[in-house]
Amino acid sequence: MSAYHHSLAIREQLCFGCTHCMKKCPTASIRIEKGHAHVDPAKCIDCGQCMQACPHHAIGVEQTPFEMLFSFKQRVAVIPTVFLAQFEDSITNNQIILALYDIGFTHIYFAELGIDIAKQLGLEEKAEVQKPVISSFCPSIIRLIRTRYPGLCEHLSRLRSPGQIAAIFARAEVNEQTGRPSETGVFYITPCPAKISEFKSEEETKGKLEGIFDGVLNLDTVYNMVRNSITKNKKKFSLETCEGSELPEATSVSSTWSLINGETVAKATRHLAIDEIHQVIDFLEYVEEDDEFNIDYLEFKACAEGCVGGILCTRNKFLAKERLSRLASTLPDELSDDMKQRISKFADLMRSSAYEEPPEEDHSIKLDADIETAIHKMEKVRKITSALPGIDCGLCGAPTCEELAQDIAQGGASIRQCTVLRLKDPKELNTLARIWGEKVSQDSDLI
Amino acid sequence: MQTSFPVAAGDFTKAGAASSEIKRMLKQLGIPQKTIKRIVVALFEAEVNVIAHSYGGDISCDVTPQQVEIRVIDKGPGIPDLNLAMKEGWSTASEEVREMGYGAGMGLPNIKKNADLLEIHTAANDHTDIRMTFFLDGDKEQ
Repeated sequence: MSAYHHSLAIREQLCFGCTHCMKKCPTASIRIEKGHAHVDPAKCIDCGQCMQACPHHAIGVEQTPFEMLFSFKQRVAVIPTVFLAQFEDSITNNQIILALYDIGFTHIYFAELGIDIAKQLGLEEKAEVQKPVISSFCPSIIRLIRTRYPGLCEHLSRLRSPGQIAAIFARAEVNEQTGRPSETGVFYITPCPAKISEFKSEEETKGKLEGIFDGVLNLDTVYNMVRNSITKNKKKFSLETCEGSELPEATSVSSTWSLINGETVAKATRHLAIDEIHQVIDFLEYVEEDDEFNIDYLEFKACAEGCVGGILCTRNKFLAKERLSRLASTLPDELSDDMKQRISKFADLMRSSAYEEPPEEDHSIKLDADIETAIHKMEKVRKITSALPGIDCGLCGAPTCEELAQDIAQGGASIRQCTVLRLKDPKELNTLARIWGEKVSQDSDLI
Repeated sequence: MQTSFPVAAGDFTKAGAASSEIKRMLKQLGIPQKTIKRIVVALFEAEVNVIAHSYGGDISCDVTPQQVEIRVIDKGPGIPDLNLAMKEGWSTASEEVREMGYGAGMGLPNIKKNADLLEIHTAANDHTDIRMTFFLDGDKEQ
């Protein structure tokens, strides 16, 4: 299996190793070395907590260059409704949609149409998925389960995310209209870096041709383009000209799917909805241990309040949530007959392509692949931890004393990094360093 | 690799704390997921038994590349009739304990079902010593 592609990257020229991100990371994947933060790709789940915590904007998110849009004749935007929620009341939904055409898109679909497609075609969960079924909506949660709760992989929903389903439908429809598949580019506008990582990793393993999207654009980038377009072309986007133009289709219930509780609100079964990655982790520990769990469906979203709390969202999440709820109140309960027919036309294709392969385990917390070696390492971790001060100050460059102990046992750190021990008893520190060995890499002279 | 945890009598708020700690450790050691699941279920039952029925005790866990052995030793008062206690649904739990959702009489039977080996030493007015062994050679994995 090739390594997972991560979209978050530390900009070294802006990072000076302040530890904010390291302290916030829910999977302890960040270390500070030589004055800069470094992310362990095996542990990172692309939740973006680090980016939000960074006071120096030193963490960036890669994206598809916008110019790539113009290498396609048909430029399809799949936008989550949360995009519309980023704008204040003075800018109408119609203005936003028209501005999206203005910056270069030729077709616009709501990502949430995917939910309506799945409903209309009766796309059920795969029978082999264990209960409680865990929603596969949030890519960061999928990554979290694959790396830290691999035993729960068999609970992960196999139905593709709404945005992917909408994209498959959109591409099929546009291709049929033009008859030229190579001229169609489908782009997702994402509120979160995890979506970009998912897209990139899929592209790297399966190849471009099989990809559902041709590119993923950051929500904040597109927000700025739309905003600029509306501000600079007052006449073109006057309320009168925009009035009467049509919004893409999605039903009312589907439009708030990305809010926390959005998936479960319409479910008759027993379900739970939990937001914010640290809370999700606490709960997953529980799911993993309980054998007689009486819940049918678990909705987890890595960001607080759901996608309105996405790292790439520009507006206060509560205001965005309010606008999204208002949008929902104006949308119909059912799709138009025309849209229903359009969906029926591609029923077979949608049925065959709406499911994911079973998720692969990608264990990130084993101390070693060999149990015997892992036992030795754990004994070492125990001993080292007991010698460390236990105040988790982070000055060594690891988030906790136990994490430093693990790094030492793995050969990636030295006990000399402990500032507290160094100040307290430098001689004793030398003895400990001799016992446990120095850092294995060449740069052990860092202190 | 040995580790142990004290378990206090009567403190249901801490029920599962030792099981969680041990689960975390087993995951780091790379014990197969299905084995971990069996261990956690059996261990949780034993932990609740100590809390609900004993004067307190200790849980220890010993991991080798071949097996995981868990020992649960309490300070008494012991089980007068072990055969009866091994029966599904048989329980001495007080009304209070049952109201908390425990005491369904499935503790020992559940441990037996999940462990590969189970050894219990007990007698009335003595302590109870439970040794459960889980093999890592994959016997029960399929």
